[in-house]
Amino acid sequence: MRAANVLQLGIKELRGLLRDPVMLILIVYSFTLSIYAASTAMPENLNHAAIAVVDEDQSPVSSRIITAFTPPYFVVPKLVTQQEMDRRMDSGLETFVLDIPPNFQRDLLAGRSPTIQLNVDATRMTQAFTGGGYVQSIVSGEVSEFLDGYRGASASPVDLVLRARFNQQLDKGWFGAVNEVIQSVTMLSIILTGAALIREREHGTIEHLLAMPVTPTEIMLGKVWSMGLVVLLATIFSLVVVVQGWLAVPIQGSLLLFMAAAVLQLFATTCMGIFLATVAGSMPQFGLLMMLILLPLEVLSGGMTPRESMPQIIQDIMLAAPNTHFVILAQSVLFRGAGLSVVWPQFLALAVIGSLLFVFSLRRFRKFLR
Amino acid sequence: MTLAPQHAALAAPVASLQGVSHRHGKTLALDGVRLDIPSGCMVGVIGPDGVGKSTLLSLLSGVQVVQSGRIRVLGGDIAERGHRDMVCPRIAYMPQGLGKNLYPTLSVTENVDFFARLFGQDREERSERISALLQRTGLSPFPDRPAGKLSGGMKQKLGLCCALVHDPDLLILDEPTTGVDPLSRRQFWELIEDIRRERAGMSVIVATAYMEEAERFDWLVAMDGGKILATGTPAELRARTGTDNLDSAFIALLPEDKRKGHTDLEIPPPADNQGTDDEVAIEAEHLTMRFGDFKAVDDVSFRIRRGEIFGFLGSNGCGKTTTMKMLTGLLAATEGTASLFGSPVDPKDIDVRRRIGYMSQAFSLYSELTVRQNLDLHARLFRMAPDRIDQRIEEMLHRFGLADVVHSLPDALPLGIRQRLSLAVAMIHAPDILILDEPTSGVDPVARDSFWQILADLSRKDRVTIFVSTHFMNEAQLCDRISLMHAGKVLVSDTPAAIVERRGADNLEAAFIAYLEDAMGAASNRPAEQIAADPAPAPQEAPVLRRSAFDLRRMFAYTQRETLELRRDPIRATLAILGSVILMFVIGYGINLDVDNLTFAVLDRDDTAFSHDYALQIAGSRYFIEKPPIRDYQDLDRRMRSGELSLAIEIPPGFGRDVERGRGSAQIAAWIDGAMPTRAETVQGYVQGIHAAWLQEKARALYGESASRGSFQLAIRYRYNPGVESLVAMVPAVIPLLLMMIPAMLAALSVVREKELGSIINFYATPVSRLEFLLGKQIPYVALAMINFGMLVAFAVMVFRVPLTGSFLTLALAALIYVISATGLGLLISSFIRSQIAAIFATALITLIPAVQYSGMIDPVSSLQGAGAVIGQIYPTSYFVTISRGTFSKGLAFGDLIGSFIPLLCAVPVLLGLGTLFLKKQAS
Repeated sequence: MRAANVLQLGIKELRGLLRDPVMLILIVYSFTLSIYAASTAMPENLNHAAIAVVDEDQSPVSSRIITAFTPPYFVVPKLVTQQEMDRRMDSGLETFVLDIPPNFQRDLLAGRSPTIQLNVDATRMTQAFTGGGYVQSIVSGEVSEFLDGYRGASASPVDLVLRARFNQQLDKGWFGAVNEVIQSVTMLSIILTGAALIREREHGTIEHLLAMPVTPTEIMLGKVWSMGLVVLLATIFSLVVVVQGWLAVPIQGSLLLFMAAAVLQLFATTCMGIFLATVAGSMPQFGLLMMLILLPLEVLSGGMTPRESMPQIIQDIMLAAPNTHFVILAQSVLFRGAGLSVVWPQFLALAVIGSLLFVFSLRRFRKFLR
Repeated sequence: MTLAPQHAALAAPVASLQGVSHRHGKTLALDGVRLDIPSGCMVGVIGPDGVGKSTLLSLLSGVQVVQSGRIRVLGGDIAERGHRDMVCPRIAYMPQGLGKNLYPTLSVTENVDFFARLFGQDREERSERISALLQRTGLSPFPDRPAGKLSGGMKQKLGLCCALVHDPDLLILDEPTTGVDPLSRRQFWELIEDIRRERAGMSVIVATAYMEEAERFDWLVAMDGGKILATGTPAELRARTGTDNLDSAFIALLPEDKRKGHTDLEIPPPADNQGTDDEVAIEAEHLTMRFGDFKAVDDVSFRIRRGEIFGFLGSNGCGKTTTMKMLTGLLAATEGTASLFGSPVDPKDIDVRRRIGYMSQAFSLYSELTVRQNLDLHARLFRMAPDRIDQRIEEMLHRFGLADVVHSLPDALPLGIRQRLSLAVAMIHAPDILILDEPTSGVDPVARDSFWQILADLSRKDRVTIFVSTHFMNEAQLCDRISLMHAGKVLVSDTPAAIVERRGADNLEAAFIAYLEDAMGAASNRPAEQIAADPAPAPQEAPVLRRSAFDLRRMFAYTQRETLELRRDPIRATLAILGSVILMFVIGYGINLDVDNLTFAVLDRDDTAFSHDYALQIAGSRYFIEKPPIRDYQDLDRRMRSGELSLAIEIPPGFGRDVERGRGSAQIAAWIDGAMPTRAETVQGYVQGIHAAWLQEKARALYGESASRGSFQLAIRYRYNPGVESLVAMVPAVIPLLLMMIPAMLAALSVVREKELGSIINFYATPVSRLEFLLGKQIPYVALAMINFGMLVAFAVMVFRVPLTGSFLTLALAALIYVISATGLGLLISSFIRSQIAAIFATALITLIPAVQYSGMIDPVSSLQGAGAVIGQIYPTSYFVTISRGTFSKGLAFGDLIGSFIPLLCAVPVLLGLGTLFLKKQAS
């Protein structure tokens, strides 16, 4: 193997990429707009939640409760009857229906501890869960404000002081932005290397290359370093300019450490791109294969929802994927400012997975060339 | 060919063109063509690649939209749809490319059967015609072989069967014999002649690059640069130009500036017998290559002297390319040896390759690199000394006439110049041996002659040994020696003259055919005999025009074909059958909203019964797992940074005392890992809840049960999903999403794939209507989607344990209507898209975004606003989500959900109607 050949073959890939407007647009989009969108468009938990009220009390306190539900969290509540309530919930028109019983105000003032019923359509998880809490606190707030006229406030004996670390405001945009960078690294490195190989095959240039004094290892490494470099540079740009600059997300840890990990991750994913391209054979098949591979890789790696809530078997299987380690590492370094002493196991895992994928893909690639 | 030319000239034209121009993007393919094509005879359109022959033929067949000018075919304007519909069953069109309109995974019989169905023939008629046609073409021994595995000649015969299955009056063949061996070529023309004898009125229009073939046609159209150079019988053309063959006649007809620089090709005889010339450059001994059972190359031996031009002549797929790959060391021979200058070729020895220049079939340089960059890359890969590279590149640019195009991209260059670039690249490292695989196919005669002039110079002046393969006889004629190759075997090797002489044949082609017949023995004669022996098939009646607006048979032809193709494509079939289950598994577990197994630890500075009790309260909840206690702030910091702890609780000193006294001064501090905000919010909620519960319990323990004025309860009823489990909520919503995305994508791909592979031409050229085409393609995907539906429901109930409380039949009925819409949407998308990869991404975007955002998966449609609300109200997923949740979780039946069925049903005709409207029945 000669380093000069690897260098030349890589430069050839870079020149080829420069002339491929679709890929260039995809790279620019993935590392700028897509990150901006992921950061700003993280859905708020509650947005125009559909609520209706069955007001059987028709008292000052009940109308006070009804008027407390306002956009943007809730739609303006519709007043319905009990019969309508079931029908509307069955057809999915309402997520919440609050049923205020007759004589609620009277019982409340008389200390008879009346019960308000809140019906929640629990097939809508996101709204059901957080929305339930909102409704509860709104109702309590209104009731106690109403009662304030009747009695003084009492303090609770023990205060709970909650502080969120690493992201005090729990700004979802921070998480969305950095997570999107991680996903883009994986997606683009696989697509770029895979597409580069398939393009060569479709144009018949791969055969041409083999008639020259170059080895399959050199051809593969040429693609790995060049496409990896492109994604690495795009990642740096995106973290510094888009994430830190444009979106003003503070990054806690060392960018250098993150980049070192990104290099390992890119080594693994570019090899994976080569592997998938040898399996697929043609661009459309590659596209279909991507859907089946990329989605599990992204969704189950812990980047979207916490790993610990997944079934144990999936957590174990996903340990074989480079993404899982990269996501853990990226979150530790970028959000919590962890150093090498904390994240070295992930570095080790990435290095091992990358080497295995390289050896495996190279064998596949050699076979593919015959 | 049997008809006299005079006769041809007298007949009314079968087609006439007036001022026809056609553009493909920027290039002008036809430039104001005016032409009358005589009927009832064999018309040849001659000229090199890219002069507009194919465009002309596709316009005549009605496959391509007429851009400007008027074209009358079979007595009407082909631009009019009514006329096209009427004459379509009378025209047969066979596009360029070996087996271009065939389906490679379908068998011989299945292919012909498909076409017969498209022309509305019933079962009996089909089987009769198919067996007759296969018999005549000699394909009857291989009815079950996939079309993709046939040799080039057989593919073309099969293509002809498909074209002739409906007895056309006008047969249009675009380069039907390019790349086919001479024997098959002769058989092909004999077949056509034979059929013309039976159907005297049939007109045949053929494009060809072989001038020898054109000699035998009745009437010729010579084309160049989108213009007609001349028309007339072959004899007339020769007489007009004063030449003795059509090749020279064609060159003579070219405009002045194109002929410029063309001199008659002179290759001096090899400077023989000068001592060192006996040096053997290439030697092959008993080379054999097996791929499984198939012998691609069978015991091939030859010796090539230094400086010789050695030709390999044979059809596509006869083993030429494989032999070349063994010589270059690209492939290791199964048996035998190849040696270059006396040393054996070892595929592992990379240095051998530096002595060889290899130019593979077609153009295979980097189209994204400029001419200079291509040369530079290859120079470096061949390890030339960096200081010599620039000089060598200049030399090559000059020698191969590329100096004007140094910074151009190859795609912008004419074919002839591209071939010169390929040769320059192959020569950059000054190899001793050049191996060229069909270097000049498709190049015009002038460029081809200049290419061969360069080869001659290289051979005679630089003493480069040249090994070249070709399927053109006139090129083979230029070689010093040739080998005739067929089916992996070398039939004979000698000088072209000696071969002709030995067989006593008129020319090289006749000699080759004679050798081929010997090699194939009696087998090859059989079809010819049968043609003679068979009585003419049933007397021809005037073709009955079976043209109905909607024909079930034509529709099912597409259904059946699509099903067969899908079954034979493993990646697409996997996606179709398992894709949705895999994705449901991923989404079901991945997008999990239950947050549990959270880690926490306590920094307990109080260490009293109260503080222990508080920690126990948290550890006792099902959401949290307790980790060893925190020692100090450093410990807390380190463990939170590493992500080990999601929650840290600090209990201050004196906590127990304060609680006991009921003084409101005790403060518990809780740190939450905010790196993942959604999880942090959930943790926050849990902690607050646990804290409140603990306080209440303590209060009750301390002060006893005494409800005070103003207390009330809020009872939350989680309906339909009492456990508030993520899966129960997600799964009924994910099923509609998957049943939208995957069926739509497969349906879109099925059409776009045909566009990309070229078989869409069959839709343009046959009487199948747009609705028949779409419905026919849709049916298998609807069936597949229903299988998917069944699997998803089974998976949901059995693996995810999501109970199906309502009516399954209602759900299944809704699913059926829904997947018809989904596939319909895919077909609609396909009418705008050309490439498969774009179809994959576009369908994913178009289906995913509305299905996820606006269809009530997360926010109910009723709480959407603006454009989102409009999309949500018309998108079918919204209604299927309601039905799916209704039947899965809410225990509803048909009667409760009728309101959602109506809009779902409405979507079907709308989507199919739009799909039919936008689908084009012609290429643009």
